[in-house]
Amino acid sequence: MSKITPEIVAQHGLTADEYKLVLDIMGREPNLTELGIFSVMWSEHCSYKSSKKWLKTLPTKAPWVICGPGENAGVIDIGENLAAIFKMESHNHPSFIEPYQGAATGVGGILRDVFTMGARPVANLNALRFGSPDHAKTRHLVSGVVSGIGGYGNCVGVPTVGGEVNFHSSYNGNILVNAMTVGVAQQDKIFYSAAAGIGNPVVYVGSKTGRDGIHGATMASAEFNADSEEKRPTVQVGDPFTEKLLIEACMELMATDAIVAIQDMGAAGLTSSSFEMASKGGMGVELELDKVPMRETGMTPYELMLSESQERMLMVLVPGKEDMARAIFEKWELDFAVIGTLTDTGRMVLKWHGEVVGDLPIDPLAAASPEYDRPWIPTPKAPEVQPSDVTELAWNEALARLIASPDLASRRWIWEQYDHMVMGDTVGRPGGDASVVRLHRSNRGLAVTTDCTPRYVKADPVEGGKQAVAETWRNITAVGGRPLAITDNMNFGNPEKPEIMGQFVGACQGIGEACIALDYPVVSGNVSLYNETAGQAILPTPAIGGVGLVDDLDKTASIPFKAEGQVLVLFGQGDRKGWLGQSLYLREIAGREEGAPPPVDLVLERKVGDFVRGVITASDTNTVHDIADGGLLVAVAEMAMSSGIGAALTVDFGGPLHAALFGEDQARYVVAVDAAKVDAVLAQAAAAGVPAVKIGVTGGDALSVNGGVAVPVKALRDANEAWLPEYMSHGA
Amino acid sequence: MKAAVIVFPGSNCDRDLAVALEKSSGKAPIMLWHRETEVPQGLDLIAVPGGFSYGDYLRSGAMAAHSPVMREVKRMAEKGVRVLGVCNGFQILTEAGLLPGALMRNRDLKFICRDVHLKVENTETAFTRPYTKGQVVRFPVAHHDGNFFADDELLKRIEGNGQVAFRYAGADGTVSDATNINGSRNNIAGIVNGKGTVLGMMPHPERLIEPKLGGADGKPMFDALVEALS
Repeated sequence: MSKITPEIVAQHGLTADEYKLVLDIMGREPNLTELGIFSVMWSEHCSYKSSKKWLKTLPTKAPWVICGPGENAGVIDIGENLAAIFKMESHNHPSFIEPYQGAATGVGGILRDVFTMGARPVANLNALRFGSPDHAKTRHLVSGVVSGIGGYGNCVGVPTVGGEVNFHSSYNGNILVNAMTVGVAQQDKIFYSAAAGIGNPVVYVGSKTGRDGIHGATMASAEFNADSEEKRPTVQVGDPFTEKLLIEACMELMATDAIVAIQDMGAAGLTSSSFEMASKGGMGVELELDKVPMRETGMTPYELMLSESQERMLMVLVPGKEDMARAIFEKWELDFAVIGTLTDTGRMVLKWHGEVVGDLPIDPLAAASPEYDRPWIPTPKAPEVQPSDVTELAWNEALARLIASPDLASRRWIWEQYDHMVMGDTVGRPGGDASVVRLHRSNRGLAVTTDCTPRYVKADPVEGGKQAVAETWRNITAVGGRPLAITDNMNFGNPEKPEIMGQFVGACQGIGEACIALDYPVVSGNVSLYNETAGQAILPTPAIGGVGLVDDLDKTASIPFKAEGQVLVLFGQGDRKGWLGQSLYLREIAGREEGAPPPVDLVLERKVGDFVRGVITASDTNTVHDIADGGLLVAVAEMAMSSGIGAALTVDFGGPLHAALFGEDQARYVVAVDAAKVDAVLAQAAAAGVPAVKIGVTGGDALSVNGGVAVPVKALRDANEAWLPEYMSHGA
Repeated sequence: MKAAVIVFPGSNCDRDLAVALEKSSGKAPIMLWHRETEVPQGLDLIAVPGGFSYGDYLRSGAMAAHSPVMREVKRMAEKGVRVLGVCNGFQILTEAGLLPGALMRNRDLKFICRDVHLKVENTETAFTRPYTKGQVVRFPVAHHDGNFFADDELLKRIEGNGQVAFRYAGADGTVSDATNINGSRNNIAGIVNGKGTVLGMMPHPERLIEPKLGGADGKPMFDALVEALS
């Protein structure tokens, strides 16, 4: 038995204080296997030790929430005895080191979080952030991440229906790969992870265990440095084919009454799955590690406990059901092994060919892991940017540059590499405000989206946090959906720096306020900290995944104009004249990345959104686009480009035109309404106190503003479509 | 019509094909597991679905072509039972020798998922009868290995026999290199065997069978099969 030196402790990412706690809990010096277990269980990634205090403040309840944070994924009631089960999770560090496998296994991991609860996955989304397009690694990373997501999702046969992509130099050394899965389960067939029943068998299914991914969770809990490339062996390797078999085998077993509890083996593999199951159920476990199916010879208990080999699950079965369960997994040609039993000791006892090689108390490890109240300082408020101080470029030139800029250019090159139609229920394809996936054999659907505007969060974490939530709510509303709940994927820098911790605290506050105002709770989430390289932190990026319900798929809306001669109505503007601070116009046209971001008025947000949804469900429109990055004119241009139909706009908000056209005021939608209906719709808006103003008419094949020049829609579309494929075709 | 859909480990369009067949026939098809060594009596149609059979870690469709159930599919095909292979199904049928040619990596080495226009060439089969010769239809594709290859001699034979069912085309029916999404020889998207009883195609007719999904150009194929085989 090796002596545990301070060097070994440090290599395991534990502080001296934490190691003291280890000694207290153990009452003796741990052996290497035990130390490894403490190391991963107490890593930031698994323990949420820096973030827990603030995550607890988020609103997680609503009458339709069946299960909030704490399980593998969040569960909401979507009616007709169905539940939507979803979560978003980061795979940032591995994806930077090995983009294809990092992204692929990110998809695999989040899929397992969802189907482990009994849901068949019906949609994947991904929120991606890359470095500056000029950075030498960006192309390689985009290419690897996109093919990794596609390679995995396409093979498992779950449609990848949406997501978002930003480019910014702050991600040069730390890209973000956040993957989200949405699944659907019968409400009476939801599976949880709390172990129960003394003597019940603990069963391992799926792939064999290899040496890949050992200490992946620890890697994800530290800053990067120049040696990070050497961590490539800690990146796991995905096998989507096995995952597909695992989905089908689990679904088949879940249709029986054999499963007591089930948990996927994700970060920290067998360690975290067994500890979490036992801890939640207040049980003890005895594992016979030599029974674990192994991919290679000579593996040690240490390696078996810490491996992050993919496509594995741990289950507690009803005694006597082992043979029936084994037959299902053997039919799907997957490993199945009874590797242990539940005990009443409250301890994890690890055996290797009969000899005890580890003996740890479960609760202090899993439930009583360290929790820090890290010092933080609030982000100072940035000054407002006055439109009169911002360069005014002719609208047509500004528009042409904006729609061809990296953050607004078409993402078709990406989503055409993802199978977004498999399963035959994709009603709203990628490229819309939210994607819509029909609930199988029904006329209802789920509206799903991801969003975050990191530059807003950097400038003002509270407003930026609100905005990320509000924008997903708006996306779902814009397709006619009722927003129900979110998952949050909090990507930040090093929490040991008070200003970074301040960003985290502010974002949590903003997210919380928006969730309450919009009745839109957090039901699951993930935190990724230490996204820094050589001291350079990423923009704070609390990516939000939103899920809503479309009650009648015959009453939805999409972005493209459907007809000429329809009146365009702008909802939500009120007396605002256009907010240019932190806008893409300011960054791309004026070359300034500064100022306070647009404030989010949550009362207005809700009032306007509820009204627009009502216009859609009353069938008074089927053409809606919410206004986000780039402002009003970019939104209208996107409606034109996706349809080929032009529009003539008349815009005057009483301030400078560039602020009106490109300001990024929140809580706004552009809606196309038949000329015959428009007066009635405007009268209803007035009665409801919702700001609404006519801004133009659809028609022709060009876009014009206040008379004068007209820009051909085709030219806009060509520029919008060209940037990403051209960028990706160079070099690399 | 009595139809069966083959299910390999890694098939992922099996349900989609079953839904399309049921929508047209009113009857759910039989799902046939890859290890079956016998197929039910009286089958009129066997559908080989898309996906990644056995993971397709070897050449796409190569392992599935040697599965137990494919021996039976070949036997049935020889008897004239109609066989439809879509995407991975097409790859499997060429690997199994039920259709000529081979499917290689797409020309630009990327997975492509989008709607494409197809020009209908042969309308003399139970699959393609509802379409008119030269008609342009819109089906989605979703594949990485859809680049149809045949050597010059084989290509001449396929063309000469009228075995080409669909070609990648523009919305106006133009067949050119610009409308060739994956580098297939002569823009071939789907072919039939000499008797016209086996159809393999990369595009997915089962994915556009109702306007809500974005179009219904695939529906007539399933309706026609039901009509011809009932």
